Amino acid sequence: EHEVEKMFTLKPGRLPQADVKNIIFFVRPKLELMDIITDNVLREDRGRSPQRDFHILFVPRRSLLCEQWLKEQGVLGSFIHREQYSLDLIPFDGDLLSMESESAFKECYLESDQTSLYHAAKGLMTLQALYGTIPQIFGKGECARHVANMMIRMKREFPGSQNSIFPVFDTLLLLDRNVDLLTPLATQLTYEGLIDEIYGIQNTYVKLPPEKFAPKKQGEGGKDLPTEPKKLQLNSAEELYAEIRDKNFNAVGSVLSKKAKIISAAFEERHHAKTVGEIKQFVSQLPHMQAARSSLANHTSIAELIKDITTSEDFFDNLTVEQEFMSGIDTDKVNNYIEDCIAQKHPLIKILRLVCLQSVCNSGLKQKVLDHYKREILQTYGYEHILTLNNLEKAGLLKPQTSGRNNYPTIRKTLRLWMDDVNEQNPNDISYVYSGYAPLSVRLAQLLARPGWRSIEEVLKMLPGPHFEERQQLPTGLQKKRQHGENRVTLVFFLGGVTYAEIAALRFLSQMEDGGTEYVIATTKLINGTSWIKSLMEKLEPAPF
Amino acid sequence: LKESKRAVNSLRDIVDDDDDDDLERVSWSGEPVGSISWSIKETASSSTSSLEGRDSSLQKGSSSYAAFPKQVSSYSLSSLFKGELCLFFSVFSDTGVKNYAPELRRPKTEYKDYSSDWSPKDTVRRMQRGKVCSLERFRSLQDKLVLLDEAVAGHDGNVITAVLIFLKRTLRREILFRELEVRQVALCHLIHFLKETGEQKLLLDLLRFLDRTEEVALSQYREHLNIQDVEKRREFLKVCIGLPFSAEDTSHIQDHYTLLERQIIIEANDRHLETAGQSEIFRKYPRKASILNMPLVTTLFYSCFYHYTEAEGTFSSPTNLKKTFKIPDKQYVLTALAARAKLRAWDDVDALFTTKNWLGYTKKKAPIGFHRVVEILQRNNAPVQVLQEYVRLVEDVETRLNLATKYKCHDVVIETYRDLKDRIQLTAYKCKVERGSAEEEKINSILNNMVRN
Repeated sequence: EHEVEKMFTLKPGRLPQADVKNIIFFVRPKLELMDIITDNVLREDRGRSPQRDFHILFVPRRSLLCEQWLKEQGVLGSFIHREQYSLDLIPFDGDLLSMESESAFKECYLESDQTSLYHAAKGLMTLQALYGTIPQIFGKGECARHVANMMIRMKREFPGSQNSIFPVFDTLLLLDRNVDLLTPLATQLTYEGLIDEIYGIQNTYVKLPPEKFAPKKQGEGGKDLPTEPKKLQLNSAEELYAEIRDKNFNAVGSVLSKKAKIISAAFEERHHAKTVGEIKQFVSQLPHMQAARSSLANHTSIAELIKDITTSEDFFDNLTVEQEFMSGIDTDKVNNYIEDCIAQKHPLIKILRLVCLQSVCNSGLKQKVLDHYKREILQTYGYEHILTLNNLEKAGLLKPQTSGRNNYPTIRKTLRLWMDDVNEQNPNDISYVYSGYAPLSVRLAQLLARPGWRSIEEVLKMLPGPHFEERQQLPTGLQKKRQHGENRVTLVFFLGGVTYAEIAALRFLSQMEDGGTEYVIATTKLINGTSWIKSLMEKLEPAPF
Repeated sequence: LKESKRAVNSLRDIVDDDDDDDLERVSWSGEPVGSISWSIKETASSSTSSLEGRDSSLQKGSSSYAAFPKQVSSYSLSSLFKGELCLFFSVFSDTGVKNYAPELRRPKTEYKDYSSDWSPKDTVRRMQRGKVCSLERFRSLQDKLVLLDEAVAGHDGNVITAVLIFLKRTLRREILFRELEVRQVALCHLIHFLKETGEQKLLLDLLRFLDRTEEVALSQYREHLNIQDVEKRREFLKVCIGLPFSAEDTSHIQDHYTLLERQIIIEANDRHLETAGQSEIFRKYPRKASILNMPLVTTLFYSCFYHYTEAEGTFSSPTNLKKTFKIPDKQYVLTALAARAKLRAWDDVDALFTTKNWLGYTKKKAPIGFHRVVEILQRNNAPVQVLQEYVRLVEDVETRLNLATKYKCHDVVIETYRDLKDRIQLTAYKCKVERGSAEEEKINSILNNMVRN
């Protein structure tokens, strides 16, 4: 339609053959990518005919820094168009939007660079243009405050933006990630959360080891084992996935087995179809049933893969220590399991997640304990990791206890973060997503809706950053009158990242009877503990260019 | 003159502000200037072949192909860029619509504003809309600072960076630093910019000025990763020791330096031994990698593997490493155990855990649980007799039984059940041992004794 001949992934070297006039680089404004583009441009055969024109599209904004860089490499003039494509918020599902800005947390909390907050504000303005001005804004955190300020200022500066759309959202809740540093560190226990923890979900796709997905052909056995990983798309368009994604993993098995029975029964119907009409009806259902069967097969395989991990001794030991910390047990001394893992040289990120979890659950570690961990880590993994440890301290994840008092028990008790009696099969509380721990961020959202934040003023003061409320004027005709039984819609924006478990928890609240509120989630990035800590680690290999 | 200038500017204001009108320039033949079709027409005719080669299905869908298979494209790059796709964005986006006539592009100077009457605020506004603005006319410090403050207030990172680049170039360093000290946002921006572009020297000067001494130290230390040559890296680390780290961190940097220094010596020595071919251990287990830049514990393992028996005086002896780096007993024993187990040196393993008290009696103890010892031995395929010794020493009875049963340390199982006086389990265990073996006899004799008592 738009005369695009081919699409290629950006990589260094010569550009691939393509008989086109224009080449458009569609990139995020990162310096490393500029180096690759420079390489592409310099290797272009200027003698060829017809000559190809270069253009560059920055997403979501042009960057002076990048253009300067290109200028210094001597290639800036090669680009005819240098533009931007304001893709701020990308829909990932019917109730989920993400900016996919990997460096947002690091920039905001380590470098005090608020560029990504600016994009968040822009994204929210676009959202309001499409779905109406949001009358109420609540927030907690420094970054939340900045975003709200920017939104208000932007609205002032574009008075023509007042539109006549009925507001879809009643409330916007802006939350800083550093208000709840605990949740991403813990291992997620929902189905989707575990897929992300173990295999990593990239842009709703996951790559899985192929062995379990090879179609079993009769009599062939293991002759042609696939070597390419199996790539699957995961979103709510798949009925079965929508049903199981947010469940605690322990509840998935029974759903799969029930589904298996239903699908088997459906296929059995073919024996009962006697008349032409019945057969015709059966055949028309066939594609749907085949899709359902294939979906069931995929998720059964995935569940098996996950189960292998969750039933392992190491997973159990790790989870036990996590839950001890989250319930407040022994957070003030050096932990034996962590020491053993360091001694056995488990992956560094696993160690960092655990020590950071302990630190957050203790409002910072005693100097002696912190020094002990640091020493062991540096001696085992290398002294250069001093740089990463420094970043973690700056982010508040692994730091000495300054005030001498631990606030976490009070926060935990007041907000009921640890629930002993969790029902994983038929949950009645959001704590099911971590089998006992209720995500702090989601609790704040839950309490905001009912009974309101005034009831937790004291605890809010213990959490970092200001909390505030703003109201935006709606033209009189548009003031929403909610019908009886109609739910409010709240957009929760996580500034710094959100995990699938938190999303599951918010969806749980949405579908609660008499919950009163439905949630839509937005974030700067979809994260898990591993990807999050990784973004805070110093790049230790020297740059390739 | 001033009046006419003002008039010119106000007109320019009206003319230039084509942000909100989607003015599209069109050539005489009717194609939007700057569109693909226009460029193709202007430059070459070889494009016709590519269009003709198109799928017939495409031609069906687009009427323009049917009518003019070669010439007119219904899409232009410029219209795409202008935002036909994103109507809503154009209302809020800060970049205005630029004109799209690449071949007819006016010289850059025509984009610059001639007047000196754009206030800092307006300049910032224009920059936010993507217009190139010359900042040269902001000569006084006062003006420059107002410009910076306006840029910061506008939150636009690109504009802030642009202003900072200008100030960096036109202000004396001390003044720039002094002014940024009280402007946090701009300061953070500059630091980020300097880090990204690798302007290390200026960054360090700035941090030193701000007395952010620890950051200076860490920032400088980070540079060692870019030094590939080991000698140069060692020298660099030596300098780093004197940097203003915290007390704890200073000791770590010191250790890093000392470790690398030792590694260089060990590496040179061992490479020599290897090539000489006289040393048995190096012949039997050739090294797979150099020890340079490896972590401390890895170095200790290496030392326990290749240099275990050396006296404390040498740099490569494990005991020397332990002493120099104050390696705790736990870590030391674990590492030495792993190394000696890999070499199947069971006597050495034994010696690790044997202590002589003053009376000359030996007894076994470990700073780590014996179940860990068993784990490591088992992973290295230790023979059952060796394994058994250590399973026997596991304190917790249940763990001991589990391990003994798992690894078929029959004697230990038998002895433990005997001590527990568990007749039933003992009898049951008989089926796990070989008929007629010594173990079976042992079980039988114990069972008989039990009956008697």
